[in-house]
Amino acid sequence: MALKGFLIQRALNMAAILLITVLLTMAILGPSADAILKRAIEQETRTEILQNKELVGKFKDPGELEDYVKSQVQGRISSMGLNDPWYSPKRLWTIAIRVMTLDFGQSYYIRGYGGSSNVRDIILESLPRTVLLFGTATLLTAILGILIGAAAAKRAGSLLDKIVMGYAAISNSFPLWWIGMLAILLFSYTLRIFPARATPPIPPADPAYPAALLYHMALPLLTMVSMGFGGWAYMVRNLMVGMLQEDYIMVARAKGVPEGRILYGHALRSAAPPIVTMMALALSGSFGGAMITEAVFDWPGLGRLYWEAIGLLDVPVIVGLTYVSTLVFLLSVFMADILYGILDPRIRIG
Amino acid sequence: MSALPVGSLWKEYRRYRSGLAGLALLASLLALSAMAIALVPLDAYGQWNNPSYWSEYPKAAPPAWVNYITGLKLPEHLVLKDPIIDRSAIGRVKVITHTFRFAFPYEAFPDDFLFKFSLKYGASPPLVELSAERPDGVRMLLARSAMPPRSEGSEARAYDSAIFSTDRNLRVNLANHLAERLGILASPDGISPERMIFAKGGPSMADGGTGVLKGDYAFQARFFLLGDQDDVISSSLVIGGKVFGLFGTDDLRRDLSVGILWGTPIALSIGISVAVLSALIGLAYGVISGYHGGRLDELMMRLNDVAYAIPALPFLILLALSLGRSLLYVIAYLILFGWVGIAKVARSAALQIKAAPYIEAVELLGASSWRVIFRHIVPQLIPYAIANIALSVPAAILAEAGLSFLGLGDPRVPTWGQILHDAQLHGAAARGLWWWALSPGMMLALSSLAFVMIGYALDRALNPRMRGI
Repeated sequence: MALKGFLIQRALNMAAILLITVLLTMAILGPSADAILKRAIEQETRTEILQNKELVGKFKDPGELEDYVKSQVQGRISSMGLNDPWYSPKRLWTIAIRVMTLDFGQSYYIRGYGGSSNVRDIILESLPRTVLLFGTATLLTAILGILIGAAAAKRAGSLLDKIVMGYAAISNSFPLWWIGMLAILLFSYTLRIFPARATPPIPPADPAYPAALLYHMALPLLTMVSMGFGGWAYMVRNLMVGMLQEDYIMVARAKGVPEGRILYGHALRSAAPPIVTMMALALSGSFGGAMITEAVFDWPGLGRLYWEAIGLLDVPVIVGLTYVSTLVFLLSVFMADILYGILDPRIRIG
Repeated sequence: MSALPVGSLWKEYRRYRSGLAGLALLASLLALSAMAIALVPLDAYGQWNNPSYWSEYPKAAPPAWVNYITGLKLPEHLVLKDPIIDRSAIGRVKVITHTFRFAFPYEAFPDDFLFKFSLKYGASPPLVELSAERPDGVRMLLARSAMPPRSEGSEARAYDSAIFSTDRNLRVNLANHLAERLGILASPDGISPERMIFAKGGPSMADGGTGVLKGDYAFQARFFLLGDQDDVISSSLVIGGKVFGLFGTDDLRRDLSVGILWGTPIALSIGISVAVLSALIGLAYGVISGYHGGRLDELMMRLNDVAYAIPALPFLILLALSLGRSLLYVIAYLILFGWVGIAKVARSAALQIKAAPYIEAVELLGASSWRVIFRHIVPQLIPYAIANIALSVPAAILAEAGLSFLGLGDPRVPTWGQILHDAQLHGAAARGLWWWALSPGMMLALSSLAFVMIGYALDRALNPRMRGI
């Protein structure tokens, strides 16, 4: 029963956080976005009516025409639900409920590849690409970091250890997007090994598309992995140095357990819970933080979509993406907690 | 959590060479900041986004030290603003001489040159004469011109003018020089002043065919002034080259050293103020939450959860777009997301310490909650706060750089991130303008490296298991 109570409490907690996030996003965007949207509607309606010569001819004096335009604009504004101010409880509540059920509505400007303006479709189009690049990068980074970190921990204080620690400090201080810029300068424009833009120039339906995508993915992937594994190695190394000083490791050594098994079978196994947590957080963190990297490499994923939406103040897309990334983060924290409990028998929830 | 007084923390910290190296790096960055504030005029920094201020500088010129690497000896772009001034008189005429001396050890000719001056005169127009003295002692008259006349009896007013290497006047004078000195008859149109002045002597020097004459040159301007009120306000000489300064220039002719050097104190103040304020706020928040407990604790921790779960970068961008992007605002936004982590640590530490028997004893002795917090809980947390500050400085510096890179920096306060934004916008990578992208990022990396090294060493000094390894 304790477990059930815990799960319910967590779910309620998550729902509350999500609701607050959505409301905050709308509070920040609301004032300026409404004004911009209303102006855009008015302009659009006006040009539409004025281009319709037949319709304009029906009006005798300009005042009448003006009244007609105004009534049309007003009609469109109320049909889009913009009559009430953004902070009116009715509007906030309808949007919040819709967003919570993953109905993000129609985008203002941004269109998907098929021309769809459904925000959920647009997000679902970009999501796999972000997962492909950042998921692969995070996994490779973590595996490389764990192996190197374990090797460094085994020889703590050795030259290898010092090199790993030094590289960790350096790669942690370098902004990834800057290294990306330099990598593009060097590998794309000077040596001409990799393409400069990560977006393949052929349509997604083309059979050659997957291969082209992988080729275009290589440079961002290499940059991310080479800049990322140092930090991982540093964390894993510190965790394992602590583990290797535990009494049970000494017992295992005294028993004559081979050093390799002590390292990977005992110490790494004990360090697994925090490592898994970090991995879950890194995987989810790569979605929101990918914006600048995707902008530099021109990778058509969620980060670039976010950036485009912010540039155009396309509120439904911004709200949808904010919601999705918060949701992914909360779910991964939740998963990490559960995994922690499974991997570490000392911790039982409830 | 074992308490570690600040004094013994330093004793422990001292043992890590990387930590000392981090401190040394930080000290040199601070020295660089002091240098920037003292030596690089604030005026130049303030004019960063004003294109006309930079018109005398070369466009997208690499740094001067590339000459040492390539061995090409390309001419350095020179902007000379401090002439040697001499005043004399011929009868009633005031003669003011401005002399610019410079070395020209390069193997290629300058692209062009420009002499700018500003005079003050009344009714009688002054005369200006520009000549060049070469390393071989030959003196060439370049230009002689009278300033435009003004109406009779008018007050002395300022007048700005310039002599360009492309003026036809110069070619005619140099053709005369060739005819008088060497007996060569050359058409003025075949003469290239920026080459002939810097060429070795000989029959084909008119277009520089004899090669560059290396050595010390002097350009001399003589102003003949007739009125009592008349004076020379200022003058400057620009010798147009292909490389410039320590950091080169960008596409908009800006001297990158100004932005990069001034970027140091700006980045350090952003990083340190965000880190220190976030740590203080987080510490206070966590200690109050943990010590007070109950409903308040629950409420404060839920708020903490929200701040932790909100995607930081998108919200930073939204805030910058809707509320404004002045630097102080950006610092506030960064603090908004910076206090969360340390608040959690401080809360759990406060919970632990609160449960200790000696706290109970102190409370029974009648100590107030403030006394318990400030005498017993906060001092134990200070070493951790220091480590936290050291590691959040680079995070804040890189976050501001990221925002600026996306074009959301404060336009009045140029930062390294903004320089990188401009580089990206002008296609520095595609055009191979590597110095534009390299140096600001390098400074970003070095500043965060200093704090990361300090933070890592503190981390190890604070963690008993890591000590000495």
